[in-house]
Amino acid sequence: MARVVVLGAGVSGHTASTFLRHWLGKEHEVVVVTPNSKWNWIPSNIWVGCGEMSKEEVVFELAPVYEKAGIDYRQAKAVSIHPEGGENEDKPYVTIEYTGQGKEGQTETVTYDYLINATGPKLNFDATPGLGNGKGGLGDYTVSVCTADHAEHANEELQKLISQMKAGQKKKIVVGTGHGMCTCQGAAFEYIFNIDFELNKAGVRDMAEITWISNESFLGDFGIGGLHLKRGGYAASSRLFAESLYAEKGIPWVIGAHVNKVEEGKLSYEQLDGTEGELEFDFAMLIPPFAGVGLKAYDKKGEDITGKLFAPNGFLKVDADYTAKPYEEWKASDWPRTYQNPDYSNIFAVGIAFAPPHLISKPMKSPKGTPINPTPPRTGMPSGIIGKTVAMSIRDMIEKGADKPTHHASMAEMGAACVASAGKHLTQGMAAALTVYPVVPDFEKYPGIGRDLDYTFGEIGLAGHWIKHILHHMFLYKAKLKPGWTLIPE
Amino acid sequence: MEHIEKNIKPYEPNFTTMVPTNIVRFFRTCVIWQFIRFIIINIKMLAVVRKSHH
Ligand SMILES: Cc1cc2nc3c(=O)[nH]c(=O)nc-3n(C[C@H](O)[C@H](O)[C@H](O)COP(=O)(O)OP(=O)(O)OC[C@H]3O[C@@H](n4cnc5c(N)ncnc54)[C@H](O)[C@@H]3O)c2cc1C
Repeated sequence: MARVVVLGAGVSGHTASTFLRHWLGKEHEVVVVTPNSKWNWIPSNIWVGCGEMSKEEVVFELAPVYEKAGIDYRQAKAVSIHPEGGENEDKPYVTIEYTGQGKEGQTETVTYDYLINATGPKLNFDATPGLGNGKGGLGDYTVSVCTADHAEHANEELQKLISQMKAGQKKKIVVGTGHGMCTCQGAAFEYIFNIDFELNKAGVRDMAEITWISNESFLGDFGIGGLHLKRGGYAASSRLFAESLYAEKGIPWVIGAHVNKVEEGKLSYEQLDGTEGELEFDFAMLIPPFAGVGLKAYDKKGEDITGKLFAPNGFLKVDADYTAKPYEEWKASDWPRTYQNPDYSNIFAVGIAFAPPHLISKPMKSPKGTPINPTPPRTGMPSGIIGKTVAMSIRDMIEKGADKPTHHASMAEMGAACVASAGKHLTQGMAAALTVYPVVPDFEKYPGIGRDLDYTFGEIGLAGHWIKHILHHMFLYKAKLKPGWTLIPE
Repeated sequence: MEHIEKNIKPYEPNFTTMVPTNIVRFFRTCVIWQFIRFIIINIKMLAVVRKSHH
């Protein structure tokens, strides 16, 4: 009998645990440890954040789904990993602290044969003074769309703002990234265009000044160094497309910016060219930087080995090449393929939880030395694919006795399909539908732009909006493990 | 072209970028054209999904 413990039930952890349960015989156990009682289809939080969907439409209760599937579900957060066991326990184990199931605050140890860390990001609001509340949560001055609850709150604030605009008050709106080292620009990009759409719908667009602020050195970098698309006989950069959309919608942009302070109604920033500035706002949605969730690790004797298992940013080390190298020497082969920890072969990390070897965008600094560059995104499709790939390897290690991972999924050999909503309406809605292949550019294989132009494309239109809608229903259906769920691709 | 006249100012950063013309904007929400694009984008996305699973 083997026991696989999966930490986290987001996109990657849920994919890994449900496939493992589907493939492994009943003699093996699959345990999921996750602090939330509900699963959240995060991309649709954007629509919750502008009142086009209710929170209930983007979440569902995990317990009945796991019960039906035969997954041992613990509503708890993992606190520490003990990969060598401990004083009274020979097997490796994790310590967990319950957040639900009537056992709130209770701790427990859970032994494992294989461990998948799929804990996603810690939303590190406190990295920017005023963006956080000093206790790890969202501060008082801005809103967020990163969780369903945040998005619900963002919409409440947005609706108040719209009412005030209807009453004749002019308002300032700022959307973007709240720190020089944020990722997830795409979510902010979606939110700003949905706000623009909603204000037009409410007839108050003229009452709002909307500004974009981002750490990208050029619009359309998206943390992947931008991309090129075939258009009208050209390989056109994503910069042209992004700028075009902002210009069309009358949204000015501040880029290469590190937001260093947020106060009531005002934020301060520093830019790559050394400029320092301030933006006033009545409503601001700023994405926080991400870090690992802060799991600790201890060896058999109880010595702290967190620094051995995790990178300094809190993400778990896997089979990547973490040697510090200049940008010019980065290679596609630096990126992990199996997501196995180099020191403990039964530990894997998937989705946002694994430590990337380096940025994808070129590292940059302001004259003061502040790093201002997007960190690598790991969007839904790569997170799902990586989760499934690791599940396949663990299945083969358990059932076929494989002594090493049997499947691989490098972000330098994998594409991503992204649909960024720009207004929700069946006939007037819009979205930018994009694919990029590979996610991490491979300049050896595709010199110049680093990507295969035949598989990297994008366009704006209603079709993308329909696709976004279908993805919403399809992935919620899949996550609920309804009939035929295994046939839906990640 | 109201969106251009209203939003673009000489020598502002948005002055040097391309901006869609009305015909491009029309096609973005033209249901028949978008239905065709819907089929094409789905095929392209599935090709990327297939290429990404090893
Ligand atoms: C607003 C928004 C919109 C987005 N839109 C898109 C989009 O349109 N397309 C796209 O491809 N991607 C999108 N993304 C990115 C996508 O959501 C992520 O790629 C994906 O969720 C990453 O999956 P994950 O499993 O690594 O992390 P998550 O999905 O965040 O899951 C992490 C899980 O770990 C749990 N956890 C946290 N701490 C612990 C702990 N200590 N112990 C145990 N469990 C823990 C969490 O509760 C959660 O269940 C968006 C992201 C945001 C924020």
